[in-house]
Amino acid sequence: MSARLLRNATLVLGFAFLYGPIAILTAMSFNASRLVTVWGGFSTKWYAALAHDERMLQAAGVSLSAAALSALIATVNGVLAAVALARFRAFRGRSLFAGALYAPLVLPEVVFGLGLLLVFVALDVERGFVTLVLAHAAFTMCFATVMIHAALKDCDPTLEEAAADLGATPFRAFLLVTLPLIAPSVVSAYLLAFTLSLDDFVIASFTTGPGATTLPMRIYSQVRLGVSPEVNAISTLLLGFVALILTASALLTRGRAKGGGAG
Amino acid sequence: MSQSPPPGKPRKLTRGEWLVIAAPAAWIALFFLAPFALIVKISLSQPTQARPPYEPVFDLTNGVVAKLAQLGFDAYRGLAADSLYLDSYLSSLGIAGAATLISLLIAYPFALAIARAPRRWRPLLIGLAVAPFWTSFLIRVYAWIALLKDEGFINHALMWLGLIDAPLPLFATRGAVVIGIVYSYLPFMLLPLYAAIEGQDPSLREAAADLGASPAAVFLRVTLPLSRRGIIAGALLVFIPAVGEFVIPDLLGGSDTLMIGRSLWNDFFANRDWPAACAAAVTLLALLLVPILFFERAQMREGQR
Repeated sequence: MSARLLRNATLVLGFAFLYGPIAILTAMSFNASRLVTVWGGFSTKWYAALAHDERMLQAAGVSLSAAALSALIATVNGVLAAVALARFRAFRGRSLFAGALYAPLVLPEVVFGLGLLLVFVALDVERGFVTLVLAHAAFTMCFATVMIHAALKDCDPTLEEAAADLGATPFRAFLLVTLPLIAPSVVSAYLLAFTLSLDDFVIASFTTGPGATTLPMRIYSQVRLGVSPEVNAISTLLLGFVALILTASALLTRGRAKGGGAG
Repeated sequence: MSQSPPPGKPRKLTRGEWLVIAAPAAWIALFFLAPFALIVKISLSQPTQARPPYEPVFDLTNGVVAKLAQLGFDAYRGLAADSLYLDSYLSSLGIAGAATLISLLIAYPFALAIARAPRRWRPLLIGLAVAPFWTSFLIRVYAWIALLKDEGFINHALMWLGLIDAPLPLFATRGAVVIGIVYSYLPFMLLPLYAAIEGQDPSLREAAADLGASPAAVFLRVTLPLSRRGIIAGALLVFIPAVGEFVIPDLLGGSDTLMIGRSLWNDFFANRDWPAACAAAVTLLALLLVPILFFERAQMREGQR
């Protein structure tokens, strides 16, 4: 009996620790007062101020389009890399391929950002939106590959072989049989890459140029000046946006579990 | 990451396979391998007032031998000589170690409580526990500024309760950085711990209890040893990124909170000493290689299970 009480108390404390700061932040975004500790009444004025903040809106636009584009590149590359890892069996250079593919998972962001910047400098590419997209596509690719690889491993290869026996080319077999089966994971991988890109600050700072400031960079420069209600408001909007993407992703994964990938 | 290489001798790829692998392989070479090679190369160069701000290395116009003679370990010598860097490395290790230990102490009972909850609640609980990880990292760190500042939430609450008279100096300290890291990386600790505890066979605990072990003894002699792998995986998943962390010490730490990611950043952006920044990056990687290899081996063992 007391064990159950202890367990529930632990759960309550754990979730309070995890969600408390986020909840306070969200509440403060509706606070009419500028001070964190004084409740000045409910207000949406910070959201209104945000709607007129040109630079913030522009940064949001840059972030969203960079996330959409880089996630697309990362997912396509991730599918190809996952197919190579899951279906090609032993080939020369496999461990180098897999090692380099998974390296960003354990590489400190500062080092990865620095390295990517050095590549762009060496290639003499002007830094801006394009380099930002390329860098984000590079670092989100490994996360996409991990997800798609996991789905491919669970996916029965005999189905593909059956299609091949019936005369389909490997490409057709993959496109018509395997890809629909792993589709929910591919979509989840895209959404994951999208959120990671949207959230990234360190790699973006290294690889973007003056013309393409992202939302996290804009938030960061504001945060350094002190706590600001406007940042609370944009944080709350971002939290809601990410929660939406997460729910979509969770529903998709559940759809796969229930419908056997028919969706 | 635990995929074991399929059996059979390595072979050449067929033409069709080359078509599939060409794009990701080129991508990896350009954006993963080339950056690392460049970092190593520039770390061996000298800073100059130019664009890019470092002396060319491996420029073959004067012949290989002449150039090799010019290769310098000056940047590394600089790192060793500058006590700022040595302190940064030590401080990074200390902060990352403390944060890892505290996350373990917080995450273990939490993971245990979720793993012992009724079966149908477990996916929802673990989902809720990991969900904050997917919300913006910068915003989660930012939330702690509002909590820790002198006029922030915690100080205000404590003063309102009459527990303290003057605000505690919580913000801009090493403690604030540790809290920030614990909060940000908690899911990394929680997930492997939960997996390790949830996967245990409950009959082992029942057997121990039947043989007269007290609940504490069951925990210490059955549950805890069986979750060793989860502890190792979680500790490394927190420790490795924490050592190179930049955002958290920059936002929550004071000017005296040295961390290697921050020193590297300053050398690169403020001092524009690229060779020093690259040498710091190489040293950081060398430092992290030990836990990473350790992690790989743990994963391999997991795969053999």
